[in-house]
Amino acid sequence: MNLRVLLGASVICALSVPAFAETTLTIATVNNGDMIRMQKLTSDFTAKHPDIKLNWVTLEENILRQRVTTDIATKGGQYDVVTIGNYEVPIWAKQNWLLPLDNMPADYDAKDILPAVSKALTVNNKLYAAPFYGESAMVMYRTDLAKKAGVNIPEQPTWTQIFTAAKAMTDKSNGVYGICLRGKAGWGENIAFLTAMANSYGAAWFDMNWKPEFDKPEWKAALTDYVSALTKYGPPGASSNGFNENLALFQQGKCGIWIDSTVGAGFVTDPKESKVADNVGFAQFPNKEGVNNHGNWLWSWNLAIPASTKKAKAATEFVAWATSKEYTDLVAKQQGWRAAPPGTRTSLYNNANYQKAAPFAKLTLQSIDAVTPDQPSVQKTPYTGSQFVSIPEFQAIGTAVGQQFSAAVAGQLKLDQVLQSAQSLTTREMTKAGYIK
Amino acid sequence: MATTHQRSLARFMMAPSVGMLLLWMIVPLGMTLWFSFQNYNLLMPGMQKFIGLSNYKYFLSDPGFWTSLINTLEMVAGVLAVSVVGGIIFALLIDQPIFGQGYVRILMIAPFFIMPTVSALVWKNMFMNPVNGLFAQISHALGLQPIDWLAQHPLLSVTLIVSWQWLPFATLILLTSLQSLDREQAEAAEMDGASALARFRYLTLPHMGRAITVVILIETIFLLSVFAEILVTTNGGPGYQTTTLTYLVYSQALLQFDVGGASAGGIVAVVLANIVAIFLMRMIGKTLD
Repeated sequence: MNLRVLLGASVICALSVPAFAETTLTIATVNNGDMIRMQKLTSDFTAKHPDIKLNWVTLEENILRQRVTTDIATKGGQYDVVTIGNYEVPIWAKQNWLLPLDNMPADYDAKDILPAVSKALTVNNKLYAAPFYGESAMVMYRTDLAKKAGVNIPEQPTWTQIFTAAKAMTDKSNGVYGICLRGKAGWGENIAFLTAMANSYGAAWFDMNWKPEFDKPEWKAALTDYVSALTKYGPPGASSNGFNENLALFQQGKCGIWIDSTVGAGFVTDPKESKVADNVGFAQFPNKEGVNNHGNWLWSWNLAIPASTKKAKAATEFVAWATSKEYTDLVAKQQGWRAAPPGTRTSLYNNANYQKAAPFAKLTLQSIDAVTPDQPSVQKTPYTGSQFVSIPEFQAIGTAVGQQFSAAVAGQLKLDQVLQSAQSLTTREMTKAGYIK
Repeated sequence: MATTHQRSLARFMMAPSVGMLLLWMIVPLGMTLWFSFQNYNLLMPGMQKFIGLSNYKYFLSDPGFWTSLINTLEMVAGVLAVSVVGGIIFALLIDQPIFGQGYVRILMIAPFFIMPTVSALVWKNMFMNPVNGLFAQISHALGLQPIDWLAQHPLLSVTLIVSWQWLPFATLILLTSLQSLDREQAEAAEMDGASALARFRYLTLPHMGRAITVVILIETIFLLSVFAEILVTTNGGPGYQTTTLTYLVYSQALLQFDVGGASAGGIVAVVLANIVAIFLMRMIGKTLD
């Protein structure tokens, strides 16, 4: 009898499950340190939302971009939340691939998001993605080596000052290289850096008729300095070094100067990972004498909701949780303030605890505040975007041009040859895409 | 002897699986052909339309196309040369009765079972890296300037990595053929006063002819589509130095999201692979009588 009741009860239970069905969110994200940390902290979210289950798809940046783009473009509907950059957000929003974040909880405080970051994610006055962390670029250098070499890097250096310092710090016989810069081909690798550098030299990708500008003296000047600095003072194998490779070199004490994303600052000052943690100085992205433009790098990793999802409500709740102030507090409580996701919220930079734990906080904020993606170069441009050009074709063009530039660093091609083929292949792609009539 | 009736029954019963196989082949090929005539870029929805042969025109006039074609052939030829010559040498060596023969043979074949991505990563970071790599350390120890392999000799490096993987395969096949060589014949030749070189030239090598052909044919088929090693080590660069046809198609499809262009590239690659295969068959197929 009892057994029967039990059986009956369990049948009813089984039948009634669909009524309180759990929603399972599939979240595509990039395998960067901060995102991995977020996955570990999700028990906080699931405790607050017992009806939502999370299913993670964690991928390396390029693979993530391929998967997410193909899924969203073919309306596959595989993911409910995707991690994308500020390059994709405006382009995808215009194609109606993303849902606007209209229904964020009342306490979300979207006004707290750094203006530059929030502007990059806003289309037609609507926020289409929430920033998880953001970055600009800056100079990181070894204060001990600079002192030993007798050079001084001011807070707003020029390129000449940087190259002089790099030369003085180079000590190849001891495996110390004056400057480490990205050389690995790719629109998100060397082209990110070179676009920022070219911007600071007064160069631009396209003129107002979408004609590429690699035949202009500004590009030549920027590229000449870049190649000569890397070949004279850079580490061997520079043409295959990206962010991670340079980070490792700097942490091992092999680089004097490293100019890259502000996110790197958190890693090079971490005594557990970096041999040189106590001797790192920071400065703003350099400019060229007479050109008032400090490179303009702005990148953020953001959470967005594809238009193809059927679980928009739950997805919004997750996005709000992961990018909220409470999440930052949670990270700080569990892992210390320095681990807090940087570059997205004003409140973090006003927080005295964070300022104390992160010596790079002030300069990171300054760099992000100073970016002007609407006006990337001192020239007039038909496009927006900071270390990229905000058109769908840019991924292809940037990667192809990046291949050419990395060949110049490897010493395989002459500079003039490189600029010429960059010019012709960009013209070709832009003609194919219908920009140049 | 089957009767006509039995044969048609057999055909009838085979029809479903043959049909399936045909569909399996025809549908993707047909779709690729169809896409190759379309202006179809994933990033620009709603622009899809028929554009005739434009995709082919753009693919064949791509600045990287001819380079990639030559790179592909150079790489295949290089790996074939290394694995056939090296394979013969290794096969002859490990055919000798030596101490621990079993273990040596297992060690010899091991590289073939390592995943291409893994072996590429190991070579890139542990051997060829100009700062931390083993080769750089050796150069330093000898007082030489380390070579930046992947930047200075990119195609050679990729060829080396791929050869390292395929050499064991060649060795294994050639060793098997060597073991079927009639020992009495070899001894007779030796007693007749033939030198070791002559014995190799007139006895061993002709005996291995068929095995060598098999190695060349099988390896060519796989080598034409080498991809992981290039993606991991050089990303097709610097410049177009290590861009092969496969890589070029990949970059059209997944870096530029140009489905039309990539399909056209795929069709071109299929045609070229067939041309290579026909030549191969003509040249060496004769030994397979």
